[in-house]
Amino acid sequence: MAVGTRPAKRVDLARFTLGERIVHWLTALLTVICMATAAVLYIGSLSIAFGHRQIVETIHIYCGYALPIPMLAGLAMRAYRVDARRLNRFSPDDWRWLRSRSRRDGHIPVGKFNAGQKLNSAFTAAAILILLGTGILMHFTGLADVAYRTGATFVHDWVALALGIVVLGHISYAARDAESRRGMRTGVVDATWARYEHGAWAAEHADGEAHDQHAPAPAGSDGREPASDPGGPVEPARVRPQL
Amino acid sequence: MTITAGTEPPEAPEQSEAERPEAVPAELTGAPVGRRLVLGLLGLGAAGVVTGRAIQDWLARRLSSLQQNDPTGLSDLLPLGNNFRYYSIVGSVPVKDASNYELKISGLVDNPVTLTLPQLRAMMQTDLTLDFQCVTGWRVLDVPWRGVKLADLLDAAGVKTEGRAVRFTCFDDAYTESLTLQQARRDDVIVALEMLGEPVTHDHGGPVRLYVGPMYGYKSAKWLSGIEITGEVKRGYWEGRGYDIDAWVGESNGRNDVPTS
Repeated sequence: MAVGTRPAKRVDLARFTLGERIVHWLTALLTVICMATAAVLYIGSLSIAFGHRQIVETIHIYCGYALPIPMLAGLAMRAYRVDARRLNRFSPDDWRWLRSRSRRDGHIPVGKFNAGQKLNSAFTAAAILILLGTGILMHFTGLADVAYRTGATFVHDWVALALGIVVLGHISYAARDAESRRGMRTGVVDATWARYEHGAWAAEHADGEAHDQHAPAPAGSDGREPASDPGGPVEPARVRPQL
Repeated sequence: MTITAGTEPPEAPEQSEAERPEAVPAELTGAPVGRRLVLGLLGLGAAGVVTGRAIQDWLARRLSSLQQNDPTGLSDLLPLGNNFRYYSIVGSVPVKDASNYELKISGLVDNPVTLTLPQLRAMMQTDLTLDFQCVTGWRVLDVPWRGVKLADLLDAAGVKTEGRAVRFTCFDDAYTESLTLQQARRDDVIVALEMLGEPVTHDHGGPVRLYVGPMYGYKSAKWLSGIEITGEVKRGYWEGRGYDIDAWVGESNGRNDVPTS
C-alpha cells in the first residue's frame, strides 16, 4: 500500500531485535563464504579457474569454525532464546500447516514462525553441527582412523550439498517477500503482513499493549491505531496485502 | 540453537503479563520437535561417519561406469568419492598444446634434451589400467593411462653415475615432485600423454603429466615440463606441507588403502 494514501493504517510490529539481526547477518556472511570456498574446492572447473587451493582451504576451515559462534553468542539474549524456543516447539496447527495444500491462504493460524521455517532452522542447526564435527575429523587427521575420516568426508560432502540447497531455498523465499526481508533488515514488519503470514503471532500483539511494538505513533493517538486494532484477537487477513 | 532452547523455562513473550499466564502462545508450549529433529540428524550423521566408507564404496562400484560415460558431466557434482577432483595450487595455469609444449630433461645426464609433444608421441607407448588414489580419500577405479615409460626417457638422456633421484617441475611454475632413481625406473611410472582414452586434458594436467602408479596422486605431477636428475631427493610441494615423500598407496600418510599397483 502506498504510505501517502493511507498513512494512519500503517502499523509496524517488532519482529527481531538488533542482536538477533546481527546474529542472522553474521551467520549469513560466514555461510556465504563457506559455500563459495566449498564450491571452489569441490567443483573441478572452479578449482582450476580459481586455483590457490591452500588459501581457499584455509579460509573455508576458519570460517567453518566461526560459523556457530554468532548463534552461540545469541543464546545470551533473551529475545533470541524465546525465538529459538518458538522454532523448537510444534503446535497441532504446525502439523496441519505442513499437511495442508492451501497453507498459504491464512486459514491456519501461524505463529511467529511457520512450520517450514521451523523445519529449516532445525535442519540448519543440525547440519552446521554435523559439518563442524566432520570438519574437525577431516582437519585433525590424527583424531580418527582413516575409515572414519573417509566416513566423515562422505557425510561432510552430502550434508553440505543438502544444506546448500536449503540455503538457496531460504534465499529464494526471502527474495519473493520484501516485507519479511524488511523484518530481518530493520527489525519491524507491517501489521497487515503479519496478520496474513503469522496470524497467531500478530494476535499476540493485539492481546497485549501497543507500547512495546515499536509502532510509529499516529498523530493524535496514544500509539494504538483504532481502525486496525479492535482490542481483541485479530482475524487472520484473508487477502494477501500488496506491499 | 534449538537444542538449548528446550532447557529454558516456559517463558511468555514480553506482551503477555504475569496476570495472564493463560495467554502463553501455543507456539511456546508445543512438542519440542525441532530438538528431536536435530538430535535425530546428529545421530544419523554419526552413523554416516561410521558406515560412510562402506556406503561410498558400494555407490562407487555401482555408479562409476555410469559416471565416466555421463555426457552432461552433472553426475560429477555428486559427492560419490569415485570421481576426479581437480586441484591446482596457483591462480591460473597456461594452456599448452603440440605447438608450444616442451619437456626438458636436464641435470646429471650425459645428453640434456628438450622434447616436443610429437617427439614424445613417436616414442614407444606403454598402456596401464590402474586406479588413481588421492591422499584425501577419493579413488577412481580402472583409469586407462598411455604414455612413455619414465625409464625410457632416463635411458635416452643417459643418467650419470652420481645421479640418485629425479626432480619434476611443472609449467604452472609452482608445483614440484620427486622420486628416487629406483622408484622412477619402475614399469608403472609413465609420462602420460593420454588418460581415460583421450589426450590428457588441461584440467587433468595436459598435454603431459606424470603418472606414478603405486603412489598417492600428489606424486603424479600435472602440467609436467621438466625432469631433472639430482644427487638426492628434494621435497616436493605437498611434501613441504606434511605429506610423505615415499607416498606408497596404503603404506604412507597414515592411510591403509588397497595398493593401486
